[in-house]
Amino acid sequence: MTSLADNKLPQGARIAAPSALSRLMVNREWLGFWFMLPAAAILTLLLVYPLGLGIWLSFTDATIGSVGKFVGLDNYSWILGDDSFINATVFTIMYTLVASTIKFAVGLYLALLLNKRLPLKALLRSIVLIPFVVPTVLSAMAFWWIFDAQFSIISWSLTKMGLINHNIDFLGDPTLARICVIFANIWRGVPFVAITLLAGLQTVSPSLYEAATIDGATPWQNFRFITYPLLTPIIAVVMTFSVLFTFTDFQLIWVMTRGGPINSTHLMATLSYQRAIIGGSLGEGAAISTAMVPFLLAAIMFSWFGLQKRKWQQGSDA
Amino acid sequence: MFNLSRRSLIKGAGVAGLAGTMSLDGFATAWAQNASWKPEAGASLKLMRWKEFIPSEGKSFDEIVAAFTKATGVAVQVTREGLDDVQPKASVAAATGQGPDIVWGSFSLPQLFPSKCVPMDDLADYLGKKYGGWTEGPEAYVRNKDHWLGLPIATNGNYINYRTSAINKAGFKEIPADFDGFLSLCEAMKKNNTPPGFALGHATGDGNSFVYWMLWGFGAHVVDEKGKVTINSPETAKALEYGKKLYATFIPGTPSWNDGSNNKAFLAGELYLTANGISIYVAAKTAGEKGDAKMKALAEDINHAYWPVGPVGKIGELQSVYPMMAFNYTKYPNACKAFMAFMLEAAQYNKWLVDSQAYLTETLKAYDSNPVWTADPKAKVFKDASNRCSVLDGMSANPQKAAESLADFIVIDMFARYVTGQSDLKSTLANAERQTKRLFG
Repeated sequence: MTSLADNKLPQGARIAAPSALSRLMVNREWLGFWFMLPAAAILTLLLVYPLGLGIWLSFTDATIGSVGKFVGLDNYSWILGDDSFINATVFTIMYTLVASTIKFAVGLYLALLLNKRLPLKALLRSIVLIPFVVPTVLSAMAFWWIFDAQFSIISWSLTKMGLINHNIDFLGDPTLARICVIFANIWRGVPFVAITLLAGLQTVSPSLYEAATIDGATPWQNFRFITYPLLTPIIAVVMTFSVLFTFTDFQLIWVMTRGGPINSTHLMATLSYQRAIIGGSLGEGAAISTAMVPFLLAAIMFSWFGLQKRKWQQGSDA
Repeated sequence: MFNLSRRSLIKGAGVAGLAGTMSLDGFATAWAQNASWKPEAGASLKLMRWKEFIPSEGKSFDEIVAAFTKATGVAVQVTREGLDDVQPKASVAAATGQGPDIVWGSFSLPQLFPSKCVPMDDLADYLGKKYGGWTEGPEAYVRNKDHWLGLPIATNGNYINYRTSAINKAGFKEIPADFDGFLSLCEAMKKNNTPPGFALGHATGDGNSFVYWMLWGFGAHVVDEKGKVTINSPETAKALEYGKKLYATFIPGTPSWNDGSNNKAFLAGELYLTANGISIYVAAKTAGEKGDAKMKALAEDINHAYWPVGPVGKIGELQSVYPMMAFNYTKYPNACKAFMAFMLEAAQYNKWLVDSQAYLTETLKAYDSNPVWTADPKAKVFKDASNRCSVLDGMSANPQKAAESLADFIVIDMFARYVTGQSDLKSTLANAERQTKRLFG
């Protein structure tokens, strides 16, 4: 774009007349810019503008129905002293770390398993995808029933087996409720990790394993020195997505607990929604969601630089 | 926008007088010709309401809509959302300036965005004069000092639902009218393994009714009439202590309950006393009429009672008022008003009340004589839902903030926090005070 100045004139000046604009329209260097313009416009409209508006709102005392005026960092200083916000932030981080770690471990295990020669391989692979295919709200409803205070299938079974004599209060006890929502998130997220890693595994050439086996490598060595290094770029991408999805989760919590009991399962996203849309304090809600941005940026940076370090990207041997 | 003349008022009243002898459609046509609110040419309306809990009520509502369309030519497209989703969707509509023309929601919905509502002063005045005046409590939910921001279409009574056999076994003939008696009843029921239970989760209707009843019973208030925050008070502390004792008698799991949880548990025969609308009873009765013997027996065992009156000696009940409002971005404000006026006229409203089977209570006094209140003695307490409805704290000082405090579950969370032992009295009160001060400070 900036190279306009040193590209231009000589021929154009001699033929004379074509306006600056028409020259720009056919200029090779600018052509790329023109082609990018629609995409840039869509991104600006759908991403930059809402994000900018959200950040702006977080500096105002806007409520639904009133534009609000600039209040500086008021909203931020308020939420920093708000127990609910601190709890939500801590729980969001915990939720993301625990769920992502387990999703990765289980997903990788499943991927390795599905990559082996199994009977009914195609069928098994499609079954693994089911939790991912079911709409989040539906699976959340199912879990809400599974963890119901009175009608939980788990409590019922354990009672019938004579192991407990009263229902487990899954979603009524803060700690248990947290474990339950994390479990539901893991259940839902594992297929994405497993199938993507499986795709990565299939790109690993079998000849590498053959060669390693001839050299006498153990299965663990096969994994550690062939599979893992070749899979790393995929792992980085998958885990970035997984962390982002988990950190910004909303539907699962909203359907299962509404952030209760006593705000213990609020994620930053659900708390922001409650404050902004249900409670009407747009400014405060915007501040809460803007507070998510640094965490998300950190997650992206982490994997981005992790990726950059890989030598394979620079074209040299892995 | 239009003229409301004395002549048109008299005309309207005359027509309504005839209504008793006319069919719905006949009335509608006559009404449309004489109504003070003439829909704009080519008008059509989008209306969002909550998904009905009583199927016959929803059916009756659709009939009113159809009759209105037939009489006026105004098509009305009705969409239904879960009760808890109406307000967020209305908020988005208010913020973006597009969406439904009319919203029928709950509590103080129009107070959240007073500048976005079509003022209904003329309509409220007309209906109030014609039908014996509005009941005070519901009126306060839709009025600020300048305008009627909507109309309180009806109130959903929330009262004690109990199993007669269970309270008899606990040694009581009826629900005690005072707090101490009520606590002893709950303790006895717990001992008999027929536990009570009230929602302490983020349950907009049942949860709020329950906690505000305790709060007001001890004379505590979130804010006083001038908007000064008074929640951190000895009275609130007493209410919290009472809540803790009551909570000890509950069926496990109430902190996770939403509005539907107690209905399920009650109908399954695991819960013996709770607070709810009449929907549990109606569900049991309807199933019983269809031949379910177990449900028939349950319906016979169910009865309803007023909330006991607290030590303060004054009735304090938070009832779910269902207000209807029109957004001022609508292209057809007169059509909106015409529809709301039409709905509240006797020819429609009386039948609708009957079909709602006491789930809805009138807010216009003339409808007190509706047959629904005498048809079934078990529905009787719900008749007073509008009369006994107290005004939400802070409503007179700042309606918008009062609505926000309700939407943010400040009082429910305060009780849940303390009664479950998650935090001590001092920090519970300090926390609630801080949240309230943010709104009213």
